[in-house]
Amino acid sequence: MAASDPTPMRERAAEYLLRRHRFRAYEALPWLIAIAAFFVFPDRMTFGSQVLIMIMFALSLDLILGYAGIVTLGHAAFFGVGAYVVGLGAARLGYTEPISGLVAAALISALVGFITGWFLLRYRGLTLLMLTLATAIMFQEAGNLRSDISGGYDGLPGLVFQPLLGKFEYDLYGHTNYVYALVVLAVMFYFVRRITYSPFGQALTGIRENVRRMHAIGSPVHLRLVTVYTIAAGIAGVAGALFTQTNAYVTLTVFDFENSAKVMVMLILGGTGRLYGAFAGAAVYMLLEDHLSKLSPTFWQFGIGLLLVLAVLFARRGILGLFEDASAYIAKKRSKP
Amino acid sequence: MAETALELDNVSAGYGETVVLEDIRFAIAAGETVSVIGRNGVGKSTLLATIMGHTTLHGGTVRLHGKDISNLSTYRRVHAGLGYVPQEREIFPSLTLRENLEVAARPGTWSVQSVFDLFPRLAERAGNMGNQLSGGEQQMLAIGRALIGNPTVLLMDEPSEGLAPVIVEELARAVKRLAQESGLAMILVEQNSRLALSMAPRAVVMDRGHIVYDGPSETLRNDPAKLEHFIGVVKA
Repeated sequence: MAASDPTPMRERAAEYLLRRHRFRAYEALPWLIAIAAFFVFPDRMTFGSQVLIMIMFALSLDLILGYAGIVTLGHAAFFGVGAYVVGLGAARLGYTEPISGLVAAALISALVGFITGWFLLRYRGLTLLMLTLATAIMFQEAGNLRSDISGGYDGLPGLVFQPLLGKFEYDLYGHTNYVYALVVLAVMFYFVRRITYSPFGQALTGIRENVRRMHAIGSPVHLRLVTVYTIAAGIAGVAGALFTQTNAYVTLTVFDFENSAKVMVMLILGGTGRLYGAFAGAAVYMLLEDHLSKLSPTFWQFGIGLLLVLAVLFARRGILGLFEDASAYIAKKRSKP
Repeated sequence: MAETALELDNVSAGYGETVVLEDIRFAIAAGETVSVIGRNGVGKSTLLATIMGHTTLHGGTVRLHGKDISNLSTYRRVHAGLGYVPQEREIFPSLTLRENLEVAARPGTWSVQSVFDLFPRLAERAGNMGNQLSGGEQQMLAIGRALIGNPTVLLMDEPSEGLAPVIVEELARAVKRLAQESGLAMILVEQNSRLALSMAPRAVVMDRGHIVYDGPSETLRNDPAKLEHFIGVVKA
C-alpha cells in the first residue's frame, strides 16, 4: 500500500500543519492591549498585575478543564502551594531571588499536582470534584495547623524580594511587577499554546470527547491526564508565586474554595478550551469586580452572578464563543450575493 | 500453516454479572479474514468488545500472537497489536480529519499518507473537522484511525451500518484490498450477511452467545436454507 506520488500530498500536509498552528494576526490583540494598558493606565499597574496573574491561573485551568475535560474545584491548591513556596522561602529561609523562586514554585506545585493527580484522576464526575475540593481544603488546614510556619490566616506579611534580575526595583505603582507578570504570562502562554497544538494536545481533546475511544486507539489515558494535571499545577503554582511576589504577602485564603470557583467562573465567562478565553474571562471578571465593588462594596457579587447566569443562558461558549458566532454570521452575510 | 494471530480459548464474558458469551473457542491466523454474522443481540459486538477488554471476562483466555492479553488494559492490547473500528465510529468532532488520524498514530508501516492512499476521499477532506464529515467519510476515517495504529489484528464492528449502497461498495473494495495486500488478520462483524459472506472466505455464525457455525462462507452462500436456519432472514 505504498503511496503512488507522495510529494504533493506531503507538501500539502506540511502546509496544512503550518497553517493550522501558526500565529494569527488577531492573536496579537490581547498582548497589544496589555502593552497599551501599561502606557494608558500607568497608575493602575498593581491592578493590572493581578489581572495578568489571574489570566495565567485561568490559563492553567483551561489546560485541564477546557482541553482535557478534568472538572476540578481544587485548582487553588496549586496556586496556594506556589504562593507559599516563595512566601515561606522569603519569610522562613531568607530566599528572596524572584525568578528562581518562580522556578521552585513551578516544580513543587507540579510535584504536588503529579502526586495528587496520580490518585485522584482515577475518578471522574462528582467524586473527582469532591476529591479535588478536599485536596485544597487539606492544604489550607495543614497550613492552619502549623500556623507557626505558615502564619495562619494572618499570613506572611511584609515580604521583601530582591530586585528583578538584580536591577529592577519594585516601584510603588507596580510598573516592574506588571512587566514582570506580562513577560512570565507570555512565556507560559507560549508553552501552553505549544502543548495544545501538539499531538499530546490532540490526545487531550480526544480524551475530553471520548475517553473510551482513546483507550481503544492505544492512548495511555491516565498517564496523559496526570501529565497535563502536573503541567497545569506547575503553571498555577507560577501564578501563585507571582501573586505573593507582587503583593509582598500571602495568607491561607489563597487556598479558599472561592479562589477555585472564581477562576472557573472566569474561564466559563471567557470560553473554555480556547486559550484566549482565559484572557477575556479573567479581564472582564476582574474589571467588573473592581468597578462593581466600588459601586456597592456589599452587593457587587450580584453583578458577577448576573453576568454568569446570562453567559450560561445565552453564551454557553463564553465571550469568545459570542465573537466566533458574530464573525461566522458576518462571513455568511458577506458570502451571500 | 500461518501463525495464529488471535485465539479465544473457552472464553466467557459479559457486562458486570451478566454473561453474554459462553465457551467461545475461536482462532484466526495471520492474514486471514473472518466474517462474524448472526441476528441482533446474539453477542457479535460483545465478542469484539471482549477481545478489546471492554467487557468483564468471566473465564477463559484471550491470546494475541501466543501472548495472554486477558488481563491487559485496553490501550495495552492496542499496543500489543489490536486495532478496533467501533460500530458508532466515534470520530472526535473537535479534531480535524488529519488530527483524528495523527492522534492514533503509532510506529509502523501505516501512515497518514498510506491511509489517504487507501481512501483518497479522506485526503480531500483532511482539514475538515470530525463533525463535518459524511457517514461514509466517518467510517473510512474510523478504519484509517485503526490502521494508523499499525495493528496486526483488525476488528471491525458493522462498518456498513447506515451507509448508502455506493459507499458500502467503496468500503467493501477497500476492505478486500486490505485483506489481499496488508497481511492483517481481520474480524468483520456484519449485520448484512450477503456483504459479510462476500468479503471473507471464512464465516462464523453466532447465536445466543455461542458460535454455532465456523466454516467456509461459500457453504452458507450456496445453502440459503442453512443460512436461514442460523440467522433467520435470508439475504444471500
